[in-house]
Amino acid sequence: MSNHAAASLAHQHQFDDAEQQYEASTLGMWVFIVNEVMFFGAMICAYVVYRVVHPGVFEHASQQLNITLGLVNTTILITSSLTMALAVHGAQQGKRGQMLGYLLLTMVLGAAFLGIKGFEYAHKYSEGLVPGLNFTYTGPHADESQLFFSLYFALTGFHALHMVIGLGILGALFAVGARGMFSRDYHTPVEISGLYWHFVDIVWIFLFPLLYLLGLH
Amino acid sequence: MDAPETPKNYLTADYSIKSWLLTVDHKRIAVLYLVSITAMFLLGSAFAAGIRLELLTPRGDLFTSDTYNKLFTMHGIVMVFFFLIPSIPAVLGNFLVPIMIGARDLAFPKINLLSWYIYVIGATFAMFAMITGGVDTGWTFYTPYSSWVSHTNVTATAIGIFITGFSSILTGLNFIVTIHRMRAPGLTWFRMPLFIWAHYATSLVMVLGTPVIAITVALVGLERIFHLGIFNPQMGGDPILFQHLFWFYSHPAVYIMILPSMGVISELITCFSRKSIFGYSFVAISSLAIAFLGFIVWGHHMFTTGQSVYTGMIFSILSFAVAIPSAVKTFNWTATLYRGSLSFEAPMVYALCYLGLFTIGGLTGLFLATLGTDVHVHDTYFVVAHFHYIMVGGAILGYLGGLHFWWPKITGKMYPDGIARTAAIIVFIGFNLTFFPQFVLGYMGMPRRYHFYVDEFQVLNVLSTAGAGILGVGYLLPMFYFVWSLIYGKKAPANPWGATGLEWTTPSPPPTDNFAQTPVVTEDAYSYENLPVPTRASAV
Repeated sequence: MSNHAAASLAHQHQFDDAEQQYEASTLGMWVFIVNEVMFFGAMICAYVVYRVVHPGVFEHASQQLNITLGLVNTTILITSSLTMALAVHGAQQGKRGQMLGYLLLTMVLGAAFLGIKGFEYAHKYSEGLVPGLNFTYTGPHADESQLFFSLYFALTGFHALHMVIGLGILGALFAVGARGMFSRDYHTPVEISGLYWHFVDIVWIFLFPLLYLLGLH
Repeated sequence: MDAPETPKNYLTADYSIKSWLLTVDHKRIAVLYLVSITAMFLLGSAFAAGIRLELLTPRGDLFTSDTYNKLFTMHGIVMVFFFLIPSIPAVLGNFLVPIMIGARDLAFPKINLLSWYIYVIGATFAMFAMITGGVDTGWTFYTPYSSWVSHTNVTATAIGIFITGFSSILTGLNFIVTIHRMRAPGLTWFRMPLFIWAHYATSLVMVLGTPVIAITVALVGLERIFHLGIFNPQMGGDPILFQHLFWFYSHPAVYIMILPSMGVISELITCFSRKSIFGYSFVAISSLAIAFLGFIVWGHHMFTTGQSVYTGMIFSILSFAVAIPSAVKTFNWTATLYRGSLSFEAPMVYALCYLGLFTIGGLTGLFLATLGTDVHVHDTYFVVAHFHYIMVGGAILGYLGGLHFWWPKITGKMYPDGIARTAAIIVFIGFNLTFFPQFVLGYMGMPRRYHFYVDEFQVLNVLSTAGAGILGVGYLLPMFYFVWSLIYGKKAPANPWGATGLEWTTPSPPPTDNFAQTPVVTEDAYSYENLPVPTRASAV
């Protein structure tokens, strides 16, 4: 019903003013992030429980992961958080070029992360370590090792899904931003997308040591 | 655009199908939910009728064991996930939360519409699972039966529940942001109606709990599809972990059902006693206390899983603690009734019936929170009776009471009060006749989920089935007189009950934007003492 262009520049009909809309959107994203913490939290809880129940098997299985690639990906993701923060800063300053440039850089870094993740997945597939599709691991405790890889793929897959969604959001921001929809006065979508992107990065900061590093000596 | 003579309200603003299916008006979305939830209620009731008919006789002569297992499973799934959890928040909450706090709409109207579509898609998946063979795991999906052994449609049902979870999450998110950021000037936290407090607490549970069940059923789905062993002990997994994750949500889910109902009851009791509610801030805070405690008592569902005796003791003590805020509410309602100018319009009769059922349900909860007693009655009809008293007696009577209270506001029509009062009493009688014998049955040792039982239990089962018939009549009556009221009902005034609250300052039904001007709140909720006793617009 609302005339979209004007509404998004000023504020939507249910709000009194742009300030209230900004506060509501930001709080909404924070509540959503808390909800996401519980999503990942349930799975991380399962992972931690099984790690405690089968410590040796999980340690051995985790050594099948490629720490170098994990480390590279961690670096890429932290850098992307920086570029995202700079994009938000550009939007707040009303500097469209800076915002778009950093958004693009963030997307490139995000895509690089997914590319490396895809390479890791393909490698695991060729080694027969993907439960349900190609699991031919024949070492001792094959079932418990499968448990590790099930949770590895569930956690990193769920994280990668969030990255894909994040890339979609950034792409939309870029398209809308290039048309000049954001200004010094109105940049809420950039900011709350930034919150989302940082959250996804932070999840990885937890996953990397849990999955890759814990068995390292 | 057309018919400029009649003043526009949210119902008459536009008549096209498209204007309903693409609406972002919280009031219309509430009506969409009302229709879809009522359909699910009828479906769930039909399953219940099947169960009760089968249990008329000690032998399984109506359904096979497989069919019976599917009946009680689908009854549980439909009623819990598709009726009880969304009922009050999605219908009454959606309609009333923005109006009660003086807002024009929820913070995110499009997300609100999205949540309805998600609900419908999730329900469709579950229907698909039913039509194509049903599910026999029980609504609790205990593994490894659900993930490994059962050959029924667990995966499709799990997908349905996973999807529906997002509907609940989005509703909760919307309420939290709306209540935080969109209250009218002057409406401080401790001036908010208790209905809003209850929905705030409920929303916290929805946002914090629902993701856990969503991911848990997703893991069960993955385990079925890819033959993993996440919850399968033969493969290193742990079925007890499933129970922990399941009850971490599903116990608080009881409070998703009951807290909004408590909010409704607070509104009804104070309105029809013509008194400010006794101990307002205690009732408000007790909602948050129940929501918080609800998250740390899940282990009382697992007393017999072999958890350590100390774990059991701690969960037992914590479970007792839930009785404290629940009792705060009940005593405060009673104190509000004391020396009030009571009147017994239909919503009040529902509220009083609620008090009876909730008290029985709550007190028997203490039996189950006690370790020794729980082991004796674990997985018997005692448990079935207890949670029906709480979840059905509590949640449905609150829902029906609220629906009767705000029906004039929602539809602009009055219903016949006499028959509505009668229906409430029929529900109360039918309910007690159905479920009270089940306490006795459970104490005597009749296990739940069986469709064979020893002959000695037949008399009580016949009583229970007879009660279910009466209960059915009580449930069907409102459907008839509500629909009747839409066509023949008297036009409702803005405030038929002489109640306080911003929702009664708008016309019935409210206009699309709720308020011509943003209202300013200058006094506490429920200042009935300052109001003259109104001349009641008695119905029809």
